[in-house]
Amino acid sequence: MIWVNQILQGVLLGGYYAMLACGLSLMFGVMRIINLAHGSLAVVAAYLVWVVANRLHFSPFLGLALVLPCMALAGWLLQRLVFERSLGAGELVPLLSTFGLAVVLDNSMFQTFGADSRSLAPNIGDLAWNSWGVTSQIYVGQLPLLTFVVAVALLGGLHLFLLRTPMGRSVRATTEDPDTAELVGIDTRKVYGFAAAASLVAVGFAGTFLAMRAAFDPYAGPAQLIFAFEAIVIGGTGSLWGTLVGGVVLGVAQNLGAQVSPQGFLVAGHAAFLAVLALRFFAGGRGLRSLLRIPRRPAA
Amino acid sequence: MSLLQVEQLDARHGLLQAVRGVSLSVSEGEILALVGANGAGKTTLLRTIAGAHRLAGGRVLLDGKDVSRDRAHRRVAMGITLVPEGRRLFTGLTVRENLLVAGARGRRGYWTVDTVLEAFPMLRDRLGNRGGELSGGEQQATAIGRALISNPRVLLIDELSLGLAPIAVDQVYQSLQTVIASGATIILVEQSLDRAMNVASHLVCMLEGRTVLEGKTADFTHKQVSEAYFGLSSVGREDGPA
Repeated sequence: MIWVNQILQGVLLGGYYAMLACGLSLMFGVMRIINLAHGSLAVVAAYLVWVVANRLHFSPFLGLALVLPCMALAGWLLQRLVFERSLGAGELVPLLSTFGLAVVLDNSMFQTFGADSRSLAPNIGDLAWNSWGVTSQIYVGQLPLLTFVVAVALLGGLHLFLLRTPMGRSVRATTEDPDTAELVGIDTRKVYGFAAAASLVAVGFAGTFLAMRAAFDPYAGPAQLIFAFEAIVIGGTGSLWGTLVGGVVLGVAQNLGAQVSPQGFLVAGHAAFLAVLALRFFAGGRGLRSLLRIPRRPAA
Repeated sequence: MSLLQVEQLDARHGLLQAVRGVSLSVSEGEILALVGANGAGKTTLLRTIAGAHRLAGGRVLLDGKDVSRDRAHRRVAMGITLVPEGRRLFTGLTVRENLLVAGARGRRGYWTVDTVLEAFPMLRDRLGNRGGELSGGEQQATAIGRALISNPRVLLIDELSLGLAPIAVDQVYQSLQTVIASGATIILVEQSLDRAMNVASHLVCMLEGRTVLEGKTADFTHKQVSEAYFGLSSVGREDGPA
């Protein structure tokens, strides 16, 4: 039963990873940018909600509602000021520029908030630790369940948006072939701006739930980036529901690893990631594109 | 006055100059066929007119307004739309979505999903299919429909028959007659000289990036066009190769 409980906790943890990875996946899928500042941006969102909750004494959920428009605006500005300029300058430049952005963000947060760890757990009361007992050995935590439900709702909402709305169709068309998208009248700059804004809204959710479920500090971003990256690679790059599958696989592996040994949490997660890459390699995917499951785009 | 005017247009692929000082003009309701051997610069010329390829020199004017600096999506809104070589459908989108995604951004006018389906009845039963599930002819029909639905003032069609079975080409050309009858202004790149000369009122032949023959189709024999096509002679322009 302990193992079943660990798997259940892993699935719920996977919801958090899916939420974290969703924005990274969207940005990569649409713009082909691996945003190395993704984890740091999640921590920025965590600090913003923490400030609203502790300085203005609002509920973290109200704080989240206030922070989301700021994150959307930040995403749009980042697209116009950083990503757009770096996209045209070669494949390495977006990596370098987002890496630089991560360094600037991490150190700015350190300068502003110091090295102390913070958390929103004290601001959400019982929700931080309450759980429902399914049996004497299986528990469902309220916060992990809420996180999972919000992640599924976020992915589902995004999925429906992409499927049913004119802007969603434009995003899908641009994702597939930006050159042709321009030729049918789509302003791809606008689509990229929207994708970056939506990506950072997802980051806002992830940062808030990170702050509610754990302690964070200015340098917590890179670890979050790795988890998000592993989740999207396991699930298939650029696939939203694949992100949920990837997150769940990662979460379950980490929890099973932790059951074996306390150090096994991280090791098992990375091992699962490498095992998936190895499986793809031996299944015939020798190139980086097939290893990471990156969809092809037609040549311009 | 010409609806679309191209003046001394240059376009490059890196160091290679693909289009060299090409000038042409199309009036409202005219069908202009652009012919030439592979590598003559036809596709690059069309893509440059549509704004998908950077212009290295010269101007593109629509109704006398210089649109050379406008991006491709702005030119679609103004009335220049390209059916690209190889169709380039969005294979993850259904036929209906391929049409709607273009219809949402273009100009308002005669062409809607319904009128496109009237012109291309073969698409009626395929609206829910993804672009990648269609036959070559159906893909070409969808690509033309997708361009029409933005209600272009000038429709640029690149290699209409490329990669299609003869029967599919016939079907697409049959449907294209409906489009032509609606008074559309078209610049058409076509490999088949016979088809090009049958459908077009005007003709431009390109060789190595330059115009070597241009004028009314009726003024040329098939032999004259063939010779210009292969660079054996030039008619109608003094700067063409001998």
